[in-house]
Amino acid sequence: MKKIKIALAGNPNSGKTTIFNLLTGARQHVGNYPGVTVEKKEGLCRYAEHEITFVDLPGTYSLTAYTIEEIVSRNFIIEEQPDVVVDIVDASSIERNLYLATQLIEMNVPLILAFNMSDIAEQKGLLFDIEQLSKLLEAPIIPTIGNKGKGKKELLEAIIEAANKDKHRRTHNINYGEEIENELEKIEAIITDKEHHLAEKYGSRWTAIKLLEQDEDITKKVHSRELIDAVKSSTEYLKSIFGDEPEVVMADRRYGFISGACQETIRTTVESRHGYSDMIDAIVTNRTLGLPIFLILMYIVFFLTFKIGKYPMEWLEMFFEWAGREVAGLWPTGSDSWLCSLLVDGVIGGVGGVIVFLPNILLLFLAIAMLEDSGYMARAAFIMDRIMHKIGLHGKSFIPMLIGFGCSVPAIMATRILENRRSRLTTIMVIPLMSCGARLTIYALIIPAFFTEKWQGPMTWFIYLIGIILAIILIKVLRLTFFKGDTIPFVMELPPYRIPTLKSVSLHMWHRGWMYLKKAGTIILAISILLWFMSSYPKLNAESLTGLSEEQAQQAKLEHSVIGRLGQAIEPVIRPLGFDWKIGTALIGATAAKEVFVSQLAIVYAVGSTDEGTMTLRKQLTANYTPLTGFCIILFCLIYAPCVATVAMTKQETNSWGWAMFQFLSLTVLAYIITLAVYQIGSRIAG
Amino acid sequence: MEQNKVIPLSTIRSGKKVKLAGVEAGRGLNSRLAAMGLLPNVEIIVVNNGHPGPFVISVKGSRMMLGRGMADKIMVSSCDYEKDQDSPGRQS
Repeated sequence: MKKIKIALAGNPNSGKTTIFNLLTGARQHVGNYPGVTVEKKEGLCRYAEHEITFVDLPGTYSLTAYTIEEIVSRNFIIEEQPDVVVDIVDASSIERNLYLATQLIEMNVPLILAFNMSDIAEQKGLLFDIEQLSKLLEAPIIPTIGNKGKGKKELLEAIIEAANKDKHRRTHNINYGEEIENELEKIEAIITDKEHHLAEKYGSRWTAIKLLEQDEDITKKVHSRELIDAVKSSTEYLKSIFGDEPEVVMADRRYGFISGACQETIRTTVESRHGYSDMIDAIVTNRTLGLPIFLILMYIVFFLTFKIGKYPMEWLEMFFEWAGREVAGLWPTGSDSWLCSLLVDGVIGGVGGVIVFLPNILLLFLAIAMLEDSGYMARAAFIMDRIMHKIGLHGKSFIPMLIGFGCSVPAIMATRILENRRSRLTTIMVIPLMSCGARLTIYALIIPAFFTEKWQGPMTWFIYLIGIILAIILIKVLRLTFFKGDTIPFVMELPPYRIPTLKSVSLHMWHRGWMYLKKAGTIILAISILLWFMSSYPKLNAESLTGLSEEQAQQAKLEHSVIGRLGQAIEPVIRPLGFDWKIGTALIGATAAKEVFVSQLAIVYAVGSTDEGTMTLRKQLTANYTPLTGFCIILFCLIYAPCVATVAMTKQETNSWGWAMFQFLSLTVLAYIITLAVYQIGSRIAG
Repeated sequence: MEQNKVIPLSTIRSGKKVKLAGVEAGRGLNSRLAAMGLLPNVEIIVVNNGHPGPFVISVKGSRMMLGRGMADKIMVSSCDYEKDQDSPGRQS
């Protein structure tokens, strides 16, 4: 069995992912490229005595150095030297798609072109002379229809043939015209002479082209003063004769090469590809209907994720409760075995805490996959862009932020729809400020304890609003500090509408679910067990518990545990916020999951967790704290440290503990400062 | 053709065909747009000049959406501008 490595390149919306899924099925592995937040997908396929690894490169329009995705794709091809690069070309939009091919041709890699969506091209009335075009581009061309599974065998055979062939040199290059070619020649001569390393690694012509394009990444690698000066004088000279940047002229020449090749080999019969798409667009991007349609669709996404997702979640919760009881039943009643407690509260509780999110994540990604595959996502981005742009984010950021009101965990995962790394990180950082469902249980406990019925509604509203306003401010701050740089101006391709296929939607859903369980799940489980340990140890000896009721015993145990002690230890720190050690203990426990705040508070006040217990707990709260403290509790709970599942998710998605810790600490500090200000000012006014 | 005045793309009405004259922006954006096919002299059809909705154009057979700010920066010369329709010397 021979092992070969294949890279899949292609424009966004060229159907690259569909082809990738077609080739590899479910045997995929999703990760990140080292050190960057760019998704790396790998898949395996066995065919004709070959084990083929496919790497799905990020979708790009070209291989310049302007976006991280382009650099990642380019470096992968240069560093990893795949046996063959397959460029997935949307055959119905051939000229624009072949631009990337020209850049791959220039890199002199073994290339195969897959003319995808060849059925749509046919409907559009495009007739290709494949043989001729293949000769002109010096690469085999295989027509495919990704969503119908056509062309898979032919493509695999072409790949194996190309991988086993000796690397041939191209007979002709893309010609940039006399003036540019002269300058390229001069630069090339210096490269071969002075920069052996570059010439060997990248090839002298390619290096010369990139230098003339003023490519930052390659320019950085040049050491020779002579070369830098030569490039500078060449670009100045070319600018003076063309009145434009050399790279724009060069792009023009590449398109010239493409249209030359296409003119000879493509015939158009009719022009109707966009007919139905334009009709749908007239409605969904309509200036009055667009926003309401978008909001209705978003409501459906939210409804599906959280309202429908509630039922499987409840079943899972019931299952884990049952499993916990069954396991506990293995020990005699009233047993104080540490193993029983570890299994029931630590492991089963922890695993349960991981798996309950799964229905949400699967349903959310089902909805997202349908929005993306149908082509609506691009329109949605546009509709929201005007609003989101004002606060410095991309239109698509709206979707993860909305999901954040349900739960931060799937919301952070949903930021994968954002292609731009800066937008994605900024969005991840502020998602915890969207009040999630778990925090609603805290508000539901506290607000009725301190506010009359008339004020309960507005108060809940107000706390949600504070979260949104803080998020907007934080985004502004982040854009001015960590994520400085221009917001990418809005230019986006509008893919024609398509009906999503069941296969691609379900694969998408399955991968996200699996990735969540494997990556985030393990971290969540580990931290849950740690928190269980902290709330159960050190144990009290049996004598000190005699004579206490069950509630009182629980209280005494918690007070004695690591968490209880920590709560008492931080009391001096949280005293200026109006909090005592009891609230401190509950706050620490609540980092496991925010709703734990309520149950922890119930334990420290030694009331049961029944409905009656909640009523008593409210009475206790009203008796012990002022409404100002009550407000400070919900304010602090809104802002402070995201729960462990969110931390794990941020780590997973940013590929760095650094960002996860930054999020954790900065939100806690922010919560402290704001609550401190509110409590201090509030108590002065009141006092 | 060369004599045609150069105006921002944002002022072109839906359904009109124009030619790109240049993009008034920095090097990075210019080259990014060039890679997407927005090059000097390329034909652009304004599919929908939204006011205030999306600004949709058709370039080399694909549909693209632009922000309004973007459409202000792209300068075009008309190639079937109504007023010039019958004027002699227009043909290149």
